[in-house]
Amino acid sequence: MDQLNNYLFIAAALFSIGLFGVMTRRNGIAVLMGVELILNAANINFVAFSHFGGMNLDGHIFALIVIVLAAAEAAVALAIVINIYNNLNTINVDEASRMKE
Amino acid sequence: MNNLQSLSYYYPELLLTVVILAVIIYDLFLKSKDSGKVGWLLVFGLVAVSIAIYVQDDGITTTLFTDAIVLDPFSSFFKMVIVLATILVSIFSLYNDELNDYRKGEYFTLLGIVTFGLFLMVSSIDLVMVYLSIEIVSIMSFVLAGYLKQSTRSNEAALKYVVYGAFSSGIMLFGLSYVYGLTGSTNFFQIQQALSSSDQGASTAIIISVIMILAGFGYKVSAVPFHFWTPDVYEGSPTSITAYLSVAPKAGALAMMIRFFNQVLADGGAMAGLGGVSTTDLPWANIISLIALVTMTVGNVVAIQQDNVKRMLAYSSIAHAGYMLLAMPVMSGDGIYAIMLYVFMYLFMNLGAFFVVITIKNKTQGESFDDYKGLGWEMPLVGGVMTLFMVSLTGLPPTAGFIGKFYIFASLINGGESFYWLVVAGGLNSVISLYYYLRVVKVMYFEGERKETILFPSRVITGMLVFTAIPTLILGIYWVPVADWIENSLVFFIQTI
Repeated sequence: MDQLNNYLFIAAALFSIGLFGVMTRRNGIAVLMGVELILNAANINFVAFSHFGGMNLDGHIFALIVIVLAAAEAAVALAIVINIYNNLNTINVDEASRMKE
Repeated sequence: MNNLQSLSYYYPELLLTVVILAVIIYDLFLKSKDSGKVGWLLVFGLVAVSIAIYVQDDGITTTLFTDAIVLDPFSSFFKMVIVLATILVSIFSLYNDELNDYRKGEYFTLLGIVTFGLFLMVSSIDLVMVYLSIEIVSIMSFVLAGYLKQSTRSNEAALKYVVYGAFSSGIMLFGLSYVYGLTGSTNFFQIQQALSSSDQGASTAIIISVIMILAGFGYKVSAVPFHFWTPDVYEGSPTSITAYLSVAPKAGALAMMIRFFNQVLADGGAMAGLGGVSTTDLPWANIISLIALVTMTVGNVVAIQQDNVKRMLAYSSIAHAGYMLLAMPVMSGDGIYAIMLYVFMYLFMNLGAFFVVITIKNKTQGESFDDYKGLGWEMPLVGGVMTLFMVSLTGLPPTAGFIGKFYIFASLINGGESFYWLVVAGGLNSVISLYYYLRVVKVMYFEGERKETILFPSRVITGMLVFTAIPTLILGIYWVPVADWIENSLVFFIQTI
């Protein structure tokens, strides 16, 4: 059980770093990296619960599906950032923001 | 039911997959300027899918693919709503001048895939499917929002959508991982069972994880405080996509929320037509009441200050998400019924309003209030139907919007005295919304110069506007067939514990 707690601490720390990254970074790529950290924090949780909690394999399957979806999401997000760079010559999230609040 | 047996109950979705593949292949044979033809292929394919759903919908309730998704009349109802929205939006996309410079094959392919994702969304009963279906819909919507590659507004919309979307689904996923850890399962029914038999020690953890999960749902229905993406994405996206995003994913997310909250956090009594009882000490009903109240108030108050009709409609769609969420915490069959009726009414009036925005943008190249001056006299049909949609969105009789709101408030009053304040708040909000909806009508008829020429839009656009206007009017007077249909659709797959 102690081992499980270690993994949960790591996942919570990773989640917090990701959250902090998304909220403070203004670079489009850095924001996406923060999102990846959040997703991987959840993956650690799933696998840790599944392995140490004596539960079924659902957690492992969930983690695998999340990895695939994270890759798909990153591909689309990077394509959008490249397109923004082509049109506006910046990947700063604030500078790309031109519609009024 | 195992995977092989499930396939025989899965033919609407299989047909949809075939249609999507056919759209991709057909597009390969077309020149860029003819690529609009794939839109008609998608429309005819979706009509076939809707017939398949109709044929299938005879009261079967079962789980498919080893308890990953369910098939029940409730999901069939939402599938019908989603297919109808996709058909209307696909036809109108062909007449949206914003898209003229772009190849349309991918556009319609992605629209088909979003529909497929929404089908999964309304029928998922497993956390894996919940996350997977939200992501299918989100990722395709990111691309569609940024479809106008040369337009910086569309680029910005896509960037904001992708950042907020990935962020909130990430938070939701983290919440789901705790739910899995606390209950040891990803299946709704097993989670419900584990929650109702667990001790109170897990309560704090459950509250935190449910709030995280609400971030994901709230983002999909654009509820405050997860709504920040909505105005910018709705303003920047191609208007046909804005229309789609404001109806179909919202309907899908509401269906998913109804299932999640009544099946996981309550005993499912509401789905059997009885009063529901919460399985945990978690005050989720109060949390959702509060979210609904704040959502409609923020949506309505901010909508007043807008100068852009499209942006105003974006805030109005936030407000309408609030009205729909009002009936969620009642936890009764009435509440679910009211939400379903509202979604159906909202489909016609909101799509119609966005179609008018497209028609006017095709003519004036603009979407601010100034571009609408005097159009009521110049384009009598467009002005007339827009007035009807605005009256209906406000919720005045004799329109569909009034009936929708009436049922929502009625379910709250039947829910007991603790909900009366929500009815008062909802009524006050409708009064606020009257101001900005009727401002459109005022600008169209009483401002600008009255021109002598009279213009009519092309035949298909006229047909589409009339097609959305007629239900908006008729359903305000005679809604019995729809009410019966929803009554029959109020059957869920419920597993007895």
